[in-house]
Amino acid sequence: MTVDTDKTTGPADTPPAGPEAIKAIPVRHYGRYVSAVLAIAILGGVVYAFSQGKINWGAIPDYFFNDRILSGVGKTLLLTVLSMVIGILGGIMLAVMRLSKNPVTSAIAWFYIWFFRGTPVLVQLIVWFNLGLVFEYINLGPFYKDEWSDFMTPFLTALLGLGLNEAAYMAEICRAGLLAVDEGQTEAAHALGMSHSKTLRRIVIPQAMRVIVPPTGNEVINMLKTTSLVSVVQYSELLRVAQDIGQTSGAPAEMLFLAAAWYLLLTSIFSVGQYYLERYYARGATRQLAPTPLQKIRANLLSLGREKGGLA
Amino acid sequence: MTKKLSKSDTPVKGSGEPMVKAEGVHKSYGLVEVLKGIDLEVKSGEVFCLIGPSGSGKSTFLRCINHLEKINAGRLYVDGELVGYRQKGDKLYELKDSEVSLKRRDIGMVFQRFNLFPHMTAAENVVEAPVQVRGVSKSQARERAMQLLERVGLADKAGSYPAQLSGGQQQRVAIARALAMDPKLMLFDEPTSALDPELVGDVLDVMRDLAESGMTMVVVTHEMGFAREVGDSLVFMDGGVVVESGNPREVLTNPQHERTQAFLSKVL
Repeated sequence: MTVDTDKTTGPADTPPAGPEAIKAIPVRHYGRYVSAVLAIAILGGVVYAFSQGKINWGAIPDYFFNDRILSGVGKTLLLTVLSMVIGILGGIMLAVMRLSKNPVTSAIAWFYIWFFRGTPVLVQLIVWFNLGLVFEYINLGPFYKDEWSDFMTPFLTALLGLGLNEAAYMAEICRAGLLAVDEGQTEAAHALGMSHSKTLRRIVIPQAMRVIVPPTGNEVINMLKTTSLVSVVQYSELLRVAQDIGQTSGAPAEMLFLAAAWYLLLTSIFSVGQYYLERYYARGATRQLAPTPLQKIRANLLSLGREKGGLA
Repeated sequence: MTKKLSKSDTPVKGSGEPMVKAEGVHKSYGLVEVLKGIDLEVKSGEVFCLIGPSGSGKSTFLRCINHLEKINAGRLYVDGELVGYRQKGDKLYELKDSEVSLKRRDIGMVFQRFNLFPHMTAAENVVEAPVQVRGVSKSQARERAMQLLERVGLADKAGSYPAQLSGGQQQRVAIARALAMDPKLMLFDEPTSALDPELVGDVLDVMRDLAESGMTMVVVTHEMGFAREVGDSLVFMDGGVVVESGNPREVLTNPQHERTQAFLSKVL
């Protein structure tokens, strides 16, 4: 990448005593200026409309770092991370089961995915919440015994509901990743005497990660937003807290905007993390790793300093 | 590349039990019969070359030897033991996956498409199996890996990923990877077919060196020069059967069967 940018901005470089570099007038892209002006005008109009609306914008910064909001953010993050952990571990397990030669495990995995992908997650959450209708007590012999309603806290309901649902989606992503690894890899590992499970753990899964990570990043971002559904089972995550504050402080719409801003902020941070994770798993797959944004900025600044053509 | 394999019990060529013995080996994929009764013997310490047109079943036979493919009929023995099965009385019992893996430890394989692990460096590729399968300590395996990489002339590439190596370099790493398990038998499945002509020589040099150290090798190849120079025995296969076999120098210069003559006239 860095090599490429250097080449396109090349003409200003002093050519090493060879043929004279071409100095041509670049193509003018007038369409770009027109579309940029149009886009800015539309954006400006929308922003103006919102600023004139009956919304007390001042309330948002007042509450942005409110203690209750922050605890809601913390709970949203905790729920996102834990349900993704359940989802990813469950997904890998289901994908391996689904691809296994054993017809029973493969059928179980198929059924699980069919059920959990086939019903809305909101319905699943409500069912988990009301499972006390079916199971009055939970009794794990000598280890644990309690009434279901005490055992199934809003947090656990939310975690199981989101995590188990996510596992079904992750299973399909992982399956695609495992299938994307060349069969020769498995053969080579088997020929060296590695067992099925070692081959999976050491050879296939690390390579499948390159295919699995990008859509998983998507799933994380999706999950972060889906946690807002959990307000229906009384778990006080970000949206629930924002709504509660909205009702008591008389600024319900403002608090929704505040929640939206927090979600946007968090998803942006996750996107950056995803970029670096993808870069890590790309090692060995590409000859040269893509530059990090910092490296990119540094390279651009350097080339700008050298010449004027950087704006074109 | 001058370092020799430190095998104390290098057997004299042609002595004792054959390393590989095939008796009427059949293999079919569905209705297509790929191997139609293969009988042959590979002696300990010899370089055994398999030649023949594409689709003649030579690669399939090679893959049967380490049970990457299951045979449908006949018997296949490696070092006196049945491949893939255990015989008790007159009944055959299929081996468990773990038992098959145990036997594969002693059989090295080199693939046409290298199949190096792309997420590991050259050295990590070589270290992987001894540590994970044999339980060798990491430092010991690392030391041995460096020796092997030096032997194939790639000590300076230990830290490179496969994508940063040329085809010939990748194949030499693949040979080092197989040797790291101290196999008693090496299988080569067209090891130079995916290489640029100018890179073939380096790989053949390594194989020649290996043959001189007394390794038993079964080589599926289109390199007639290698077969003539290094081979101890040669088999020409066509249509899933052995058409002709014997000393490579004799078979290649004076083929008896007309199928062999026709094939060699096109290849040589």
